[in-house]
Amino acid sequence: MTSLAMITGGLLMAVGFWGLLTRRNLIRMILCLALAETGLQVVMIAAGYVRRGTAPILDEAGRAAARFVDPVPQALVLTAIVIGVAVNALLLALVVRLYESRGSLDVEDHTELRW
Amino acid sequence: MVLLTVIGTVMIVAAVLAVHLRSLLGAIISAGVVSLFASIVFLLLGAPDVAMTEAAIGAGLSTVIFLFALRRTTGKDHDK
Amino acid sequence: MIKRVAILGVLALFIALLLGRVAVPAPRSGPGPTGSAYIERSIPELGAQNVVTAIVVTWRGLDTLGEVSVLFLAAAGVALLLRTLGGGRGGNGPPRRDSSEILKTGADVVTPAIVYFGVYVFMGGHLTPGGGFQGGAVIASAVLLLLLAFPSYRLRHGILTAVESLSGAAYVAVGLAGLVLAAGFLDTRVLPLGIPGRIVSAGAIPLIYTLIGLKVGTELAAVIENLGGRR
Repeated sequence: MTSLAMITGGLLMAVGFWGLLTRRNLIRMILCLALAETGLQVVMIAAGYVRRGTAPILDEAGRAAARFVDPVPQALVLTAIVIGVAVNALLLALVVRLYESRGSLDVEDHTELRW
Repeated sequence: MVLLTVIGTVMIVAAVLAVHLRSLLGAIISAGVVSLFASIVFLLLGAPDVAMTEAAIGAGLSTVIFLFALRRTTGKDHDK
Repeated sequence: MIKRVAILGVLALFIALLLGRVAVPAPRSGPGPTGSAYIERSIPELGAQNVVTAIVVTWRGLDTLGEVSVLFLAAAGVALLLRTLGGGRGGNGPPRRDSSEILKTGADVVTPAIVYFGVYVFMGGHLTPGGGFQGGAVIASAVLLLLLAFPSYRLRHGILTAVESLSGAAYVAVGLAGLVLAAGFLDTRVLPLGIPGRIVSAGAIPLIYTLIGLKVGTELAAVIENLGGRR
């Protein structure tokens, strides 16, 4: 079960990075970056999975459980999801401004910083 | 196990659609589907906190901010 | 063509290396040493039933403070880039048509329920899965519903600014109180631990998560309003 989730996450990251490297529309590039971030989060949670473990909640039913899933990757992924959406929002605000200044969403039309 | 296989396949297909669909609107919705199914995968892997966060922020608010950015830039939604 | 083949090759190598490194110790029989220590010490030391909450708020609390700062920076950046001068959204463009009666009434009925649910989620973060970030996102989605149902709705920036700033300052103040009254910065034992399983327990964790929930909710609502304005 773990290896299946990890392979899914790895493929998701590969698809996301492929899209980021080969597409030219700015919004689509940020979308593919978000896909790659989601894939990485799936890989991280799958890395913390313990076979036949339960969620790390210690209520009455939970305290009697024998094995728990590792809680540390979950805390890290929680932070990563929120920071991911914050970065995506800022990138999209920049794209909106770029569109208003140049009228095009194609990354080949914004070449001032290229050497 | 079978459930995870099905969900994984749907996620990969939706991700490939998000990269290759000509319509940006369709691509954004496909990415939202990927986030939603990722939230289910998190639940199956024993991480309910992360599943709630991904469903609320990844599938909900992230899709909405992409749609708002799309509306604000182009009126039409066909682009490459 | 060659570029695409090269990209495919590099990506395949990257994914193979990543999965090879991460998946090799994968079928585990228990959490690692840090995770096991956190699970064992969660109720005796902190009184929190949700171990992930205890990690995020207390043991890795500095990461959470950094995350809240990053979210604040992003919201400020979005507001700076997209703020329309001259007050509010939509100074230009045709006047928006009013929504239908069903939408307006439905939004009026459902929005308080969504806000109550968001408050429930972040207040019970130490007992059940949930917490400040999830509750804040739910509250931001209630604001999104209002923005979609009422085209002329505008957020009250005075109240939002006050809530967000005071929550952030209070969060740091609770952390500093931990420095003075307990063992270190962001130590949540400044308030009594109580009986695990009650709402008022686990020291300062519900207080911190309430402040985080309010801050994140108002910031995400401001980001949505800024991005959603008409050009």
